[in-house]
Amino acid sequence: MTAHLPVLQVVIPLVSAPICMLLRRGRLAWGFTLVVSWVVLGVAILLLDRTLAEGILSYAIGNWAAPWGIEYRVDAVGAFVILIVASVGAIVLPFAHASVRHEIPDDRISLFYTCYLLCLTGLLGIVVTGDAFNLFVFLEISSLSSYVLISLGTDRRALTAAFQYLVMGTIGATFILIGVGWLYMMTGTLNMADLAQRLPEVADTRTIRAAFAFLTVGISLKLALFPLHLWLPNAYTYAPSAVSTFLAATATKVAIYVLLRFFFTVFGAEYSLGAMPLAEILMVLALTATLVASLVAVFQEDIKRMLAYSSVAQIGYIILAISFASVTGLTAGIIHLFNHALMKGALFMAMGCIFLRLGSVHIRDMEGIGKRMPFTMAAFVIGGLSLIGVPMTAGFISKWYLVQATLEEGLWLIAVLILVGSLIAVAYIWRVVEVAYFRAPAQRSHEVKEAPVSMLVPTWILIAANIYFGVDTSLTFGVARTSAESLLGMGG
Amino acid sequence: MAMPAISQQFVIELAVAVPLIGAVLIWMLRERPNQREAVSLVTAGILFALVASLLPGVLNGDRPTAVLWETLPGLPIALRVEPLGLLFALVASFLWIATTIYSIGYMRGHREGNQTRFYVYFAIALSSTMGIAFAANMFTLFVFYEVLTLSTYPLVTHAGTEEARRGGRVYLGVLLGTSIGFLFLAIVWTWSVAGTLDFREGGILRDTVSPPVIGILFALYVFGIGKAAIMPFHRWLPAAMVAPTPVSALLHAVAVVKAGVFTVLKVSIYLFGIDVLAEISVTGWLAYLAGVTILIASLVALAQDNLKLRLAYSTVSQLSYVILGALLANPLAVVGGAMHIAMHAFGKITLFFCAGAILVATHKTRVSEMRGLGRTMPFTMAAFFIGSLSVIGLPPMGGLWSKWYLALGTLEAGQIGLLVVLMLSSLLSLAYLLPIPILAFFGTPDKDLPSDGIKEAPPACVAALLLTALGCLALFVFPEPLYQLTSLIISK
Repeated sequence: MTAHLPVLQVVIPLVSAPICMLLRRGRLAWGFTLVVSWVVLGVAILLLDRTLAEGILSYAIGNWAAPWGIEYRVDAVGAFVILIVASVGAIVLPFAHASVRHEIPDDRISLFYTCYLLCLTGLLGIVVTGDAFNLFVFLEISSLSSYVLISLGTDRRALTAAFQYLVMGTIGATFILIGVGWLYMMTGTLNMADLAQRLPEVADTRTIRAAFAFLTVGISLKLALFPLHLWLPNAYTYAPSAVSTFLAATATKVAIYVLLRFFFTVFGAEYSLGAMPLAEILMVLALTATLVASLVAVFQEDIKRMLAYSSVAQIGYIILAISFASVTGLTAGIIHLFNHALMKGALFMAMGCIFLRLGSVHIRDMEGIGKRMPFTMAAFVIGGLSLIGVPMTAGFISKWYLVQATLEEGLWLIAVLILVGSLIAVAYIWRVVEVAYFRAPAQRSHEVKEAPVSMLVPTWILIAANIYFGVDTSLTFGVARTSAESLLGMGG
Repeated sequence: MAMPAISQQFVIELAVAVPLIGAVLIWMLRERPNQREAVSLVTAGILFALVASLLPGVLNGDRPTAVLWETLPGLPIALRVEPLGLLFALVASFLWIATTIYSIGYMRGHREGNQTRFYVYFAIALSSTMGIAFAANMFTLFVFYEVLTLSTYPLVTHAGTEEARRGGRVYLGVLLGTSIGFLFLAIVWTWSVAGTLDFREGGILRDTVSPPVIGILFALYVFGIGKAAIMPFHRWLPAAMVAPTPVSALLHAVAVVKAGVFTVLKVSIYLFGIDVLAEISVTGWLAYLAGVTILIASLVALAQDNLKLRLAYSTVSQLSYVILGALLANPLAVVGGAMHIAMHAFGKITLFFCAGAILVATHKTRVSEMRGLGRTMPFTMAAFFIGSLSVIGLPPMGGLWSKWYLALGTLEAGQIGLLVVLMLSSLLSLAYLLPIPILAFFGTPDKDLPSDGIKEAPPACVAALLLTALGCLALFVFPEPLYQLTSLIISK
């Protein structure tokens, strides 16, 4: 049974999706998806446990041996990202029930959950697979389903946001496909481990360089690296609350995983960051992202949009850490991958609670909300503190390693810029806190009640996780360190 | 003490835990004000007893240690009692008792709202103060330092008005800005060059990096510890005066600001080592900056008509005495600086108590309105006189001793210029403090002042301010234990 874990991780949600489509009643579809997502989480935990014990797990689909058949291949970093996706997927669902019923017409609810399961399948598949073309297929599954999910938002602008994402996402996917195609042309293989073996022979050709460039641009678009982030703010702002939460915590993280995979496993750190001045380019883009996007976030009136820009900034931190290509740098990046999922998940959930009660997350409508919805706003404050990187929160651990990695490279000026970014985060988080706690509640918000327990509990689970992983880092640090070492070809 | 069965390690852990437990109980008793205040008082009493029970052991050379948990590999949250920390903890916990008595009179007499929130955050602030005092390494200290900033924010903005919001913004902006921008960077930097953040006798940075780098690092620490209010990072302290008076008294004359200068001392003695500091030139420049802060803040205090603001600027000036003690980097100055933590605490808290008592009894905040007040509020004004003498450093008050040792320290370092600064500053403090009680007793009262009979503040307020005023006297007569404790700091 346990030998089949890698494939079960993908097959369970994939098979469940059409079944969910058949369950026409919204509540039933929700219950079914809930059960599936918790099973998926169970599988993910077992998978991580096994990877940490045994190293890399390999599974040949249909018993076709690699490199001819499709190989599913899970190592520590993969299992860790799977755990992030699966746990966010599982925690969002209890939250989704009330939120989705409020935001989506009854006759579309089962469609919503079907797409949700497909999106989950795609994201998990990207991580599980060891085959470059298969990765593209899963990427498309997750992208197409997320276009649908975003377009289901209540605001009509959700449609244009989804369309914008569709256009940009398709361009990105095409770039990736072209890159994979050229790799296949030059090496005759699609298996990533096999590619890594054969690439050095042909690495000096223009085709491989072009393939690498196409892949880099395509993946950067998917992970919303500045200046290819333009699709993200609209998509996160107008998507249904549950979708914003789910995508913000998982989709870009998985894209970053793809980047790690191609950079470090397929091409190797030396080629990826050394052959062309890509490390420097990424560093500049990442720093620009953290500073510019943070500044833009300060001036947003819509708080979901503010959080979206903050995501662009935080992705900058992760890319910056990766660009160092050192063990500490990659450790910092992978830790932040996890921690950022926790904090953004929690913050978007708090916004979902507020949207449910107020029908808006515009800062103007949130005056005095701290008194009306104390638990929701307390969650927002703690999540915000984690984003800022205050001690005893997960964000602090990320920041610690990020600055340490930067200082190890001797780049103290960049360390200062990282901290400036963190101070700008204080500005945009505190703007909300002041409005929520210091303004008198608006007249029409008199009937506003606290969000339902079914939404508060998931929010607070993520908040608790933010604190727990700020206090006990044995899991995050341990896994991130192992992953970083294996990506750089050291240790295991 | 009557608890020999409890190990000292457990006592330290309790010292951090007891105020937190108190906070929970206070919150649970929010419907019953009398029991709630009783819990506050009992918590403060227990805390002081716990801290005091550590004194005999520490005087005998014990250094009890408790490791709470390991957050990051090599960076545990750990507590260790040494003389300087114990001194700070003793002062803070004793004055918490006085402040709690005072708060009961003040908060009720002044009919403040949200009193439960007030007492809860007060207790949390004291818990983090204990954490700072007993921190065994810089990492632990930083964690509690940030918690202290955040837990005092709701106290500063207690009134919830526009003015409070603005004050809170400056408070948080300066304290978080300096601690994230400079202090955090300095700590990670120290960690990456020294490989440890433990406080050790003689410091941990000897022979690790070149003297100029040590100088930059030390400057980052001194400016990063914003709570020490060295210019130009002093603006938060006057801004914090929008808080209710008990907060200004305990937190912004004792716990928070003393946590700042305490951290400066701790960093100087146990991270750098005073021998190392004496060798680098940056120390001299910073000492002049401290001297400038002392003088300018005194001059600004002279120009303030609002009594609390005048006291705040006086605090800014007096804090730099302690910083100067660290920067002169010789044993006499360090003893003087450490003693000044206690001496100034008793003097300044008395003055703040008086300011609050005047506010509650007569609703006056301006110095110019206090003429002739001595007839209606004789006890308060007498205590004000005593507190003033102690802050100025005149006999028969405790403030004399610390200034004495600081003056000897300047001579030892051959810094005649700084000795002149100390003398000038004493004269200035004479000019901005003494006219207040003198005019109160001998000036002609305003017409609107009730001239017949005594109309004092609530008895709880008067009792508290008499207690601390007596403390100033007692410290003059019995400075011996204090000297013993402080001389242990540098006897290694």
